[in-house]
Amino acid sequence: MAKKANPIGYEFNKGVWGENPVLAALLGLCPVLAVTNTAENGLAMGLATSFVLISSSFMVSILRKVIPKQVRIAGYIVIIATFVTMADRFLAAYFFEISKSLGPYIPLIVVNCLILGRQEAFASKNSIFRSLVDAIGMAVGFTWVLVILGGIREIFGSGSLFNIALFGDWFEPWMVMILPPGAFFTLGLMIAAYKLTNMKGA
Amino acid sequence: MELILVFISAAIVNNFVLSYFLGICPFVGVSKKIDSAISMGMAVTFVMAITAIVTWLIHHLILVPYDLLVLEYVAFILVIASLVQLVEMFVRKVSKPLYDSLGIFLPLITTNCAILGLALFAILREYSFAKTLSFGLGAGAGFTLALVLMAGIREELELAEIPKPFEGAGITMIVAGCLALSFMGFAGLISA
Repeated sequence: MAKKANPIGYEFNKGVWGENPVLAALLGLCPVLAVTNTAENGLAMGLATSFVLISSSFMVSILRKVIPKQVRIAGYIVIIATFVTMADRFLAAYFFEISKSLGPYIPLIVVNCLILGRQEAFASKNSIFRSLVDAIGMAVGFTWVLVILGGIREIFGSGSLFNIALFGDWFEPWMVMILPPGAFFTLGLMIAAYKLTNMKGA
Repeated sequence: MELILVFISAAIVNNFVLSYFLGICPFVGVSKKIDSAISMGMAVTFVMAITAIVTWLIHHLILVPYDLLVLEYVAFILVIASLVQLVEMFVRKVSKPLYDSLGIFLPLITTNCAILGLALFAILREYSFAKTLSFGLGAGAGFTLALVLMAGIREELELAEIPKPFEGAGITMIVAGCLALSFMGFAGLISA
């Protein structure tokens, strides 16, 4: 990490593209692969994770001088678990359908390495404002990858996007795309495309 | 008989890594060498079996009787974190080389979704105590299997010529996709 503080725009952009949590750092892959069989699920998961990430970054940053170093990881996890419980209850109360289709993957946000990673690497060392910007950048980066991945899989796997049918009757859905292997293939291709773009720019 | 079915279902038919996408981080991170894949698998299996027992007890003896289900996630993750700490100390004492080769991924078992996922799935499906234990062992075996298979393939891949953008993570995902595809062949072996 450079001595001089990076400009605030950089902290935001690195999450969205340069150090994208999914494509570059390969963090939080479990929810990325598991729930992206439709764009809608991807979006819901992205937003739930964003909420938890931003709130816990905020909280950890406030408490960064209070939490003793030895027990910091346990402390972060308790903070994260609290926010996840909130998100879980909220979804179950207001968006029951989505909550049902995401199932146990909502509580699993607790162990999303992306969130814990940002607390450890950033929020515990930076001011509240900078931590928030960093968290929002990462959240945006995470969400767009989920929505695109879910969108690609939904288009090929079910012939629709956000539950709106795109093709006529002639379209035969590629079952494999909404099944587990499709998730791996699509993400593999997306990572390759991401790297290719970066190589061209360099 | 039912216990065996639960075991096989968790290990092969609904493999944790390849069909539930739990524990992808170590799956991608530690699957470069077969040796470390095996020891990682062992460590995870061990933690899984204990977690399955402890979380079952907590859920049925503390959270349900006292109506504290809101605290479920917090309680589970704390239990898992302390268990992992215990395993880490144990491994460091018993085998230093193993400890070094697992490196950062040992503490990261805490944030291995497979462990928490196991606890949540076991409760969601209302397994009995014995079934939960068998489920934990099966999931651990399945995780180890997937990890070792992947490590074997990646050792070969080192020698292969891979298009530049696919190097590293890209090709790993594609290979994992192929593995998942072949594991789908087991679907229907056991219903549910």
